[in-house]
Amino acid sequence: MEMSDSVAVAQARAGDSGAFRVLVERHSRNLFRLAYRMTGHQEDADDVVQETFLRAYRQLEKFDDRASFGTWLYRIAANCSLDLIRARKRRSERQEVPEEGAPDPVQLLPDSAPQPDRLAMSSEVGRKVADALNELSEVERTAFVLRHYEGMCIEDIGRTLGVQPNAAKHSIFRAVQKLRRALEPLVSSAS
Amino acid sequence: MNHLTEEQFVLYYYGEGDGSTPVREHLDGCEACRAEYANLQRVLNVVDSAPVPDRPVNYEAQVWRRLSPALGGRTGAWARLSWPLLGPAWHWAMAAAVAALVVGAFWVGRYYSKAPQNSQLASAPGQVRERILLVAVGDNLERSQMVLLELVNAQPGESLDVTSERERAGDLVAENRLYRQTAARTGDTRVASVLDDLEPVLLEIAHGPARLSPEEMEKLRRRIEGDGILFKVRVVGSTVRHREEKAAPDAGRKSL
Repeated sequence: MEMSDSVAVAQARAGDSGAFRVLVERHSRNLFRLAYRMTGHQEDADDVVQETFLRAYRQLEKFDDRASFGTWLYRIAANCSLDLIRARKRRSERQEVPEEGAPDPVQLLPDSAPQPDRLAMSSEVGRKVADALNELSEVERTAFVLRHYEGMCIEDIGRTLGVQPNAAKHSIFRAVQKLRRALEPLVSSAS
Repeated sequence: MNHLTEEQFVLYYYGEGDGSTPVREHLDGCEACRAEYANLQRVLNVVDSAPVPDRPVNYEAQVWRRLSPALGGRTGAWARLSWPLLGPAWHWAMAAAVAALVVGAFWVGRYYSKAPQNSQLASAPGQVRERILLVAVGDNLERSQMVLLELVNAQPGESLDVTSERERAGDLVAENRLYRQTAARTGDTRVASVLDDLEPVLLEIAHGPARLSPEEMEKLRRRIEGDGILFKVRVVGSTVRHREEKAAPDAGRKSL
């Protein structure tokens, strides 16, 4: 019989690594999907998945058994993604122009490497949507992804972002407004 | 008649708020709002079409394989076996291994320094690239070492504000990943390996709390010291600096 999340959490807390592995294997793909939608980069999303499980493991004692383990993981993943996006932003602000003609390993940094992911997009529409999502602020993108793709309620989104529900709601509104502005021409031309 | 606001449309679309019945009734009777709402639906449906890249079939196993060594003594088979049994002896073994690598690198350097001048000229761009990478990796290791040292040498028994260390570790993570990939690609397994070991430690610092309690500090200190990461960073950092210094005059001569 398949082990439930709550049983696996209890066993992992008792030091059973096999039980934690069950949780990792059960939630990895969903976490990747969330992280990818938040960060827009495959490599970053993979790192977020790793980091989420690492944090979850270290904070397992703090997990409230009455809550859903999956939702708890999603909150951690959302925060990891936000941390990563903020670090990326700080880094790109500090980035210096490389010496002309010299090979620049920094070119491979995730900031400037969206091309492979974008090329992998199966259609023009996918690219436009990715571009539109990239135009959102980090809070708007997080709030929107959690609401739109993950179906998280506004209260939980507020808790994840550390803001009041009203502020979370307004972030979603602003995100939708921006997406409409960016994508409506595409929708109109298709219809 | 007042039309619906954009916020009402969005809340209605997501089933949020308690105004769904009046909104539905309004939509039933107002063609303009119906058209507007249909527009919103079309846009949000398009958003749904954004694809997420596929992960390999064994993705879950890959995640676990990469994760388990970072989970500490409880899960990693290697950690479970090696630390209690080997203890400080491991440091000597590693020192010997690193020393052997340094000696190996020295002989490799000597061999290449005897190569004909034409081939040196031909490989100049590669060497310039290597030197740049060495400078960058050396700098990264030095800054990582500073962060680790500050944490390890913090006053024991006191809580500590690690905001600065967190930020620096956050910045170092991405660079670390880049250099690790580059080192692995160029076959520099020694550097790649130490960067691989360093990454989870930096991630842990970067994503940890901004203020650490004495217990958390002690735990982090044990992790840094237990993994021998500071030692590895110091040794490989010094080796990289040495290689970088050796590469510098050669590059200068070639440009003449």
